[in-house]
Amino acid sequence: MLKLEHISASYGKRAVLKNIALTARDGEILGLIGPNGAGKSSLMRVISGTLAPTTGAVRLAETDLARMDRRARARAIAVVPQHSNLPDAFTAGEAVLMGRTPHLAFFGVERARDFQIAQDAMLRTDTFQFAERFVGELSGGERQRVLIARALAQEPRVLLLDEATAHLDLKHQTAIWDLVRQLARAGLIVVAALHDLNLAAQYADRLALLRGGELLICDQPARVLTREWLRRGYDVSALISAHPLYQTPMIALIEEGELE
Amino acid sequence: MEMANPLPRRKNQDARAPAWATLVRGRAVIPLATLGVIVIAILSIGIGSVFIPPLLTIKILLARVIAIPVDWAATFETILFDIRLPRVLLIAITGAALASSGTAYQGLFRNPLADPYLIGVAAGANLGAIIAMALQVAYPGLLGALALPMGAFIGALATVAIVYALARVGNRIPQTTLILAGVAIGYLATALGSFILLGLSQHVMRVLVFLLGGYSVASWDAAIAVIPFFVIGFAVMFIYARPLNVLLLDEEQAQQLGIDVEKVKRIVVIAATMVTASAVAFSGLIGFVGLIVPHAARLLVGPDHRRLLPLTALGGAGFLMLADLLARTIIAPQELPLGIVTAFAGAPFFLYLLRRAKNAAFF
Repeated sequence: MLKLEHISASYGKRAVLKNIALTARDGEILGLIGPNGAGKSSLMRVISGTLAPTTGAVRLAETDLARMDRRARARAIAVVPQHSNLPDAFTAGEAVLMGRTPHLAFFGVERARDFQIAQDAMLRTDTFQFAERFVGELSGGERQRVLIARALAQEPRVLLLDEATAHLDLKHQTAIWDLVRQLARAGLIVVAALHDLNLAAQYADRLALLRGGELLICDQPARVLTREWLRRGYDVSALISAHPLYQTPMIALIEEGELE
Repeated sequence: MEMANPLPRRKNQDARAPAWATLVRGRAVIPLATLGVIVIAILSIGIGSVFIPPLLTIKILLARVIAIPVDWAATFETILFDIRLPRVLLIAITGAALASSGTAYQGLFRNPLADPYLIGVAAGANLGAIIAMALQVAYPGLLGALALPMGAFIGALATVAIVYALARVGNRIPQTTLILAGVAIGYLATALGSFILLGLSQHVMRVLVFLLGGYSVASWDAAIAVIPFFVIGFAVMFIYARPLNVLLLDEEQAQQLGIDVEKVKRIVVIAATMVTASAVAFSGLIGFVGLIVPHAARLLVGPDHRRLLPLTALGGAGFLMLADLLARTIIAPQELPLGIVTAFAGAPFFLYLLRRAKNAAFF
């Protein structure tokens, strides 16, 4: 269980997170939604340890993450960033092997097991076919899948996805989210920042709606993706219907004042 | 804490890396480079005003280790051991040091132009060495020789700290500000050094040779004095080769992969600076080695520092020994300063890199 206890954080004097309390259970996909600047990415950074909270603590199975050393933390939590610098001269395989970093001994030499895990991660993300190609030759979506493979190669307990599939085409977006769900069902904790609310509705078990660094509501998608919460979260008017097959909420935006 | 693994693990008996991971480009490059360096070294030792054939060179060298009947003139031995060998050794170390420290700086700053000279470190080391030279005129021998790399190390470390502070914009070090700060501080250090040298006019020849990058002053004392600086610095860089790879991603990702970014940067900068100091202590200005060799090596084996660092050390040693061979044969019996030779090779290459930098990736 990943537990955020009264997290506040700021960049300099600007407060970006205000007293956030959230829990993500084992095997659950927790979606973070909210407008730009709501604090989704900052919350991700607090969980991953790159932004230190001013108050509060993040606990993973009762262990305070601030007390974990960096490597242990990197073995527990993997991040798939929204934008990232992947040096062009590495091959996709080498980039995925970077995910083994926190598992390797000090003068890290990858062993057969590390190669095997990286290979599994690539097979699962449909990236193995270009393992030997240079990152610089890959398309944006292919690169993104390499990053996801790298995160899986970390064998994390918690997977943080920061708009991780925003640049993917529909087929790979669906494939990655099916995979993420499958991993979650096997016990992985997934926290994902999402702009695409329909995607959020379809895949997240619960959604946390953030705005201005505050948590407005955290509940099942059907209870969060309502006209009222969307207005309070995003200042938009929306019609909510149901997915024809899964019955999850589907959002259609409408012009302001249309139904008033 | 129990870390359940969400990935089902397959059984795995294969102890070797799978085919896709042997991507490791150019497996044979490092052994070949080692062989090349040995060949160049033997030629370098043999060629000069008195020519000693390669086979005879090998025999004379081996005679120091195993019993071989002596059938050569004693002067050959003197030339070989007292004149040529220390010089070639010092040059090999200098080349290896410039190239490997350049590699580390480039990786660390994620800047393909970060050569020890362009970022000012070498000029700072030079200034440190000059100050040490000014202070130690009365102490010849190994003790005096050790003062030079020590002074160079202190000078280089101070320079790198200043350049780093000047080039930093917020949390980042943009490529251009690093080079601009490096060049500016480099000029300042060079000017200061020249000013001090004016006061050392009684050593004018030695000083001139030093400034232009020459090795006619090479001695065993000098070669032995720089070895510990190079060996320790290089070992530390090599130990940190994999963290250095991860740093190529960017600092946030490196942190998320469990790297203590600030610690790695601090240690590698100090190690690379130590290595630079070993190169510059006795050599004066020999530009571009730290630029040409790392990039050529990257083309051969890719960006992995675990292969890159040894290969650049070998390549730097080989390159500079060849340049030196050229420098002392081309207008024999006179010698060209080594820095002139490397500049002729390096300047065009640097311009090529600058033009390429716009649309191509180095890392």
